[in-house]
Amino acid sequence: MSETKLESGPVELPEDVCIRFADVHKSFGPKTVLSGLDLDVRRGEALVIMGPSGTGKSVTLRHAIGLMKADSGQVIVEGHDMAKISSEALFALRRHMGYLFQEGALINWLSVAENVALPLVENTDLSRSEIDDRVREKLDLVHLPNVWDELPGEISGGMKKRVGLARALISEPEIILYDEPNAGLDPEISSSINELMDEVQESLGITSIIITHLVSCVRAVADRVIMLDAGSVVADLPPDEFLATDNERVMRFLGKDPD
Amino acid sequence: MNVFQGVQRLAAEIGFSVQLLLLTIGRLVHVPKRRVQLAAQLYGAGNKVLHVVLLVSFVMGMVISLQTGIVLAQYGQQDQIGIVVAVTMAREMGPFITAIILAATVASAIAAEIGTMSVSDELAALEVLSIDRTSYLVMPRVVAITLMAPLLTIFADSVGIVGGAFVARSQLGVSPALYFDSAIEALQTPAQLIGLPKDVYGGLVKSMAFGLTVSIIACASGLRARGGALGVGNATRSAVRDSIIAIIVLNYFLTWLFYQA
Repeated sequence: MSETKLESGPVELPEDVCIRFADVHKSFGPKTVLSGLDLDVRRGEALVIMGPSGTGKSVTLRHAIGLMKADSGQVIVEGHDMAKISSEALFALRRHMGYLFQEGALINWLSVAENVALPLVENTDLSRSEIDDRVREKLDLVHLPNVWDELPGEISGGMKKRVGLARALISEPEIILYDEPNAGLDPEISSSINELMDEVQESLGITSIIITHLVSCVRAVADRVIMLDAGSVVADLPPDEFLATDNERVMRFLGKDPD
Repeated sequence: MNVFQGVQRLAAEIGFSVQLLLLTIGRLVHVPKRRVQLAAQLYGAGNKVLHVVLLVSFVMGMVISLQTGIVLAQYGQQDQIGIVVAVTMAREMGPFITAIILAATVASAIAAEIGTMSVSDELAALEVLSIDRTSYLVMPRVVAITLMAPLLTIFADSVGIVGGAFVARSQLGVSPALYFDSAIEALQTPAQLIGLPKDVYGGLVKSMAFGLTVSIIACASGLRARGGALGVGNATRSAVRDSIIAIIVLNYFLTWLFYQA
């Protein structure tokens, strides 16, 4: 885990809940994206969020890490109300969280190793050799030991996501957020990303929130699945029950005929 | 967009740029930590534009020499051409040409680079990684261009004066010795500051102010970019347009400050 222990904020949450969305509303101009989202994320679980495009999945994730603020309602992360959190507390909180962006969001002029090392170079006093060891360890974990000096423009989309994951994990976070980790990947690479997420979940025991459209991802990784529609939760089930549910909205989303 | 919305938007853009300037000033203490990025930006800014500055300044010196030389020759005063070219380059054209070239090349590149980072979530990634984007991205670029602008201006002034000498010799029959003697004499006006003549340091101070303005506007345009490739294109266009407007307006006030106030 991170060098410093994550300190809980002033808002009381049940012991097993690390993130709570309470009646969260968010609009962009006339478009309402979240309309009364209520959701608890339990410590150590792999929560998969599914739903049609534009129903607020990525927006939900961005609220959880403070990239967006709710119009109303509360987003509480490890006891911190994200609407009231100070910039210092947010800085400290984010060092205990990882975020894998859809396209990896690697810094283009830095090599793979420099990208992965960036949070440690910027935010810690670790020596160069300690940082290199950590980078090597994380690149091994994502099965990319031989791309140390490559630039992001020289590697494939799947590799970029793996590097993004290594960077998200380098600070040894307690919560990791994946924004469509399988998007744009062929089935083979997508499956390897699923295995990787499962491996990370198993070996590090962290809390994961994963946005995906893929049933294969649900099968491989999920402890619990929720479906968002029109900005609120319409199903919240274990993966087997989710895939077998007779909930009409879920069945339509999964491409099954409700009749 | 009506006039009120236009003014509101302009005020918001100026406010954002001023806020970014203040944040950047606050991050100057990070210069030692950012020395590698700073060196890279200095090299990039100089390397990208030096040849353009040299070419344009040389030709501009020739144009000034020819235009004013023809008029001076009508009064038999063509021997004074060295004075005119030297003073015009040092006070006005050297800093101005350098700033315009920086706006067209470096500012557009910065706006496109940071704008692309903005629309591809790289800026959000920096935020999530608790990395201060002003310190990491903006400050090295602003410091590098603010320092590089006067250096490039020295080249622009020198090459422009040399360009003027060619025309003075070939078109006006003024010998290079006379031309350079009068040019050097003209630049040694009595008011001295840190050993430099007023026309020279005035131009260099102007140039620094232009470099600072151009770089802040470029970074601000890039940071505000939204909405994919179109947003990056808009950021690049507004960086160049706003920089040029700001250079011209600032030029008037700095000229007034140095020579009129």
